[in-house]
Amino acid sequence: MQEPVLSVSDLACARGERLLFYNMNFAVQPGEILLVRGGNGRGKTSLLRLLTGLSKPMAGEVCWRGVPIGQCGERYRMEMAYVGHLNGIKDDLTPLENLRVGAGLAGRDLDEPTAQRTLERLGLGRCLDLPARVLSFGQRRRVALAGLLTAGALLWILDEPLTGLDVHGVALIEALLHEHTERGGLVVMTTHQPLSLPGAKLRPLSVGDEDVAPAQSLVGQ
Amino acid sequence: MLRFLLTVIRRDLLLAARRRGDWLTSQFFFVMVVSMFPLGIGSEPAVLRMIGPGVVWVAALLASLLSLSRLFADDHRDGSLEQMLLSPEPTVLLTLGKAVAHWLIYGIPLLVIAPVLGIQFALPAEAILVLVASLAIGTPILSLLGSVGAALTLGLRGGGVLLTLLILPLYVPALIFGAGAVDAALAGTGAEAHLSLLAAFLVMSLLVSPWVAAAALRVSIE
Repeated sequence: MQEPVLSVSDLACARGERLLFYNMNFAVQPGEILLVRGGNGRGKTSLLRLLTGLSKPMAGEVCWRGVPIGQCGERYRMEMAYVGHLNGIKDDLTPLENLRVGAGLAGRDLDEPTAQRTLERLGLGRCLDLPARVLSFGQRRRVALAGLLTAGALLWILDEPLTGLDVHGVALIEALLHEHTERGGLVVMTTHQPLSLPGAKLRPLSVGDEDVAPAQSLVGQ
Repeated sequence: MLRFLLTVIRRDLLLAARRRGDWLTSQFFFVMVVSMFPLGIGSEPAVLRMIGPGVVWVAALLASLLSLSRLFADDHRDGSLEQMLLSPEPTVLLTLGKAVAHWLIYGIPLLVIAPVLGIQFALPAEAILVLVASLAIGTPILSLLGSVGAALTLGLRGGGVLLTLLILPLYVPALIFGAGAVDAALAGTGAEAHLSLLAAFLVMSLLVSPWVAAAALRVSIE
């Protein structure tokens, strides 16, 4: 078995006084999708934020290619893209500007034709020049997801990416996920909606089971 | 690295250009506060000349606080701050870039308005020159130290008031040397000493605050 690219060992997370989960262990290989499941308030978002490095775990470690992400620093952040439940786009900028500014802040160059093609692919061809303020919730979600495609990251961390998307949007994301895993990319995501990903290597993980006491961790299947 | 810094600055300038209302509010506040004093105190030139430098400086501090509470808060609310923190580039450059952009947007206009306000306080030409010089050195200090406060109070309820309580004491040296420089020029003793100390304070804030603000930001975002 090959060395896992992303691995988590004995991870524990608390929010305030409450222990959300502990002793969590899992590993994700290239081409796999880790589907994080669990009810509201069980710690799915907290887990994803631990994986991005935005927050620090109470115990345990997140490793990228065998090195704790705290030590990888910029190497990890270069290979990882995160879409949280906030879109991270500015209302006063157009989708095109948002995408290009976002790329610039991540230290990448993004020329206008490429940005335009990406947005068109996500069905935003008609609102390239409108400020994001006037776009609908779903359209703004699509702008955020367009950022994933231009990031060229190996690991996608997606927090409820399907929220607010219509049927075509969901199908589009499924296609993108398929493409990404085909190329050997990794995905860690949460969703409450059913996904149809035929042929994808899905790996479910449930966070904070109902009997909270020994927060059971589920390693693959 | 320099490119990232310029990207941060350019982004904030672009956003400010799109929301001119916010930008003007702060400048109008500055003009209003300063203009209230001659109206309230009366038109005795000797008195106005005495309080003028201090009033302009205090108003500059308050005007900068008004805009500082939004320095990171807007980006925090829409999630773009998270994305910037996940950038492979160092966070120090982010906080430095934000502070520089804040100075360009809110500090520079003060320098342009200040001479007009100086005339209102019957300041002689050379004192107005020193006032502008002291503001030119002093307003970057306000933006730099303010970025630390803005990062510390990010996401707190009532953060605006807390920011004021936290940052105003840190502004005191800038206020003393800034207003003192103009007073010294008025008294004819020369403003160089005050301006040099102000410049030293600027260098110190430049070296320290981006790092402190970056650390505070990482804590606030958790």
